[in-house]
Amino acid sequence: MLMKGNEAVVRGAIAAQCRAFFGYPITPQNEIPEYMSRYMPEAGGVFLQAESEVAAINMVYGAASAGIRAMTSSSSPGISLKMEGISYIAGAQLPCVVANVQRGGPGLGNIAPAQADYFQAVKGGGHGDYRMLTVAPWSVQEMFEHAILAFDLADRYRNPAMILSDAIVGQMLEPIEIPEKVEVDIPPKPWATTGAKGRGRNYVTSLYIVPEDLERINLQIQAKYAEASRRDVRFQEFELEDADIVLVAYGCVARICRTTMNMARKKGLRVGLFRPITVFPFPSERLAALALEGKRFLVVELSAGQMVEDVRLAINGSAQVDFYGRLGGVVPSPVEILDQIEQTLMRPFLPGYVQGGVSPRINGRNTLGAAASATELEAEEADATGV
Amino acid sequence: MQQVFSRPKALTDVAMAYCPGCTHGIAHRLVAEVIDELGVMDRTVGVCPVGCSVFLYEYFECDSIEAAHGRAPAVATGVKRCLPDRVVFTYQGDGDLAAIGTAEIVHAATRGENITVIFINNATYGMTGGQMAPTTMLGQESTTTPGGRDKARAGYPFKVCELLSPLEGVAYAARVALTSPPNVAKAKRAIKTAFQAQLDGKGLSLVEILSTCPTQWGMAPLDAMKHVDSVMVPYYPLGEFKSDA
Amino acid sequence: MGRIVVNEERCKGCELCVHFCPKNLIYMSEGLNSKGHHPCAFRDTGECTGCTVCAMMCPDVAIEVYK
Repeated sequence: MLMKGNEAVVRGAIAAQCRAFFGYPITPQNEIPEYMSRYMPEAGGVFLQAESEVAAINMVYGAASAGIRAMTSSSSPGISLKMEGISYIAGAQLPCVVANVQRGGPGLGNIAPAQADYFQAVKGGGHGDYRMLTVAPWSVQEMFEHAILAFDLADRYRNPAMILSDAIVGQMLEPIEIPEKVEVDIPPKPWATTGAKGRGRNYVTSLYIVPEDLERINLQIQAKYAEASRRDVRFQEFELEDADIVLVAYGCVARICRTTMNMARKKGLRVGLFRPITVFPFPSERLAALALEGKRFLVVELSAGQMVEDVRLAINGSAQVDFYGRLGGVVPSPVEILDQIEQTLMRPFLPGYVQGGVSPRINGRNTLGAAASATELEAEEADATGV
Repeated sequence: MQQVFSRPKALTDVAMAYCPGCTHGIAHRLVAEVIDELGVMDRTVGVCPVGCSVFLYEYFECDSIEAAHGRAPAVATGVKRCLPDRVVFTYQGDGDLAAIGTAEIVHAATRGENITVIFINNATYGMTGGQMAPTTMLGQESTTTPGGRDKARAGYPFKVCELLSPLEGVAYAARVALTSPPNVAKAKRAIKTAFQAQLDGKGLSLVEILSTCPTQWGMAPLDAMKHVDSVMVPYYPLGEFKSDA
Repeated sequence: MGRIVVNEERCKGCELCVHFCPKNLIYMSEGLNSKGHHPCAFRDTGECTGCTVCAMMCPDVAIEVYK
């Protein structure tokens, strides 16, 4: 069956027993509330188009508090609006799923694909010491599977989970296999505010007015993230064993990098691909181990460099980590990235990130304004010699 | 002798932290008495605001949820839509409902959400130290309107019942005050009518309660009550604005 | 016919009950509770009708009424 990414995430959520969806229109994820408006009532769940993304995340808070698997979706500017609500949900230790189909920013930006909400997703985004358990699908099939995974993670850790997608993965059409039945194991929720019949009262709050109490709660929350880092890191590796240079990318960029890797291999270049599937918890341990094998890393993102910081933190100076990014919704081609690989390989191996020695290349030019691709270098030299 | 007045069962035995004479205490008790009389305590979920009554969950025996400032109607919507047979109420102050939460209350009202909204209007932001509220009267001193609220700078006080009652999704809207025994009795009747409208599935029910803030108004509790009667009631008239009951 | 019992520790000395009692049977005591408020006190003259107005106006549920 051929399906759009945005529809697949809806199907996955409903298969995962999501029974409440509150959303708001924003391109490029409008199909999500549209499909939810049809499939959710069919499944006996609640669908409501809220008056804003702010209202939607607060409706999710209410539904999650009532013990229901609840979800909302939006794209970049709308996700910013949800940050207060997500912080409250994390502070109250409730599960929920938020899908972000990223677009160009900042501000109103555009509706083209981007990966510039990475910081917002994995560092928390809203105020306070919390994170979002974040998965990064790269295919329509994964949009379906990651919806199920996100609900499982959210319930396991009683924490918001994010599906970090983008305009390409959300909009593309690909074949998908939907299983007959999806096994779902929802833990009991004795803390839910369902009415105090037969028990003492429950209250859901993130307010702990005594500092020592709030510290205790925060430590509980941090312990959950530590456990997630032990149990629930996911990543995928391609041809790393003999790789001299490892592309690190997620989502649609990982798809482009896989093509780049294949092209590079045909040219005799030993290139591999490391794809984080969970970007929080981040696969730091595995990257650190790979770094000790003498490999170089080229992180590619549709941003000015966000995940690259986590890669550098993980590698901690023991290997060279370069970055290539396109901004504003521009998507690099495999040839462009191959160019960057060749540029990187031309330079001596430099462990650690050396400011000025290894300049991040953005939009095809490095930060010093010089040509940063082999093709452009050739063209400039040709101009200079008048050939 | 028989006991003819005692603490309602829906109220906990926790000492309320409000200022001396603050009418939150009376409002809480009336809501609790109504919950008792309707026999719905074990299926009630309260949604607490940000403001002086942020700790409402300490005082009520029912399940409750702490909402972000202004968001209580949206949180209540999430609960009520998922568990339609529960009794869901919000309890909100004037900043919560009429400033930051205006979108949420208007849309809960237009959708006809089957929830009950208890709106405490004391014309000030009490918890944060007495700043101007949307409902602060013209000429009223506040920490952000030194010299008194001036309409050129800060516009006009916001009449919530008048704004919301014309909306079709609103089944019941009433404004009451707590300034005398007859008014307290009328307020309780309005609150009961509101909860009954929810039980009958009629739409959104709202009770706006003109309340005192002796501390931020700089008045003794009794003088604050007289202020409500003489200054607030003429601008915010009491009565039932809509009754589908 | 009626009497009230005041929970002195809960009373915050707001004086609303003093004003609203139709028979003037409540007054502010000289003593202080542990919070530093003067609690109200009941003049048991036998005139109390158990009307419960004091308890209705009390914001702290500090008054029980018997009849």
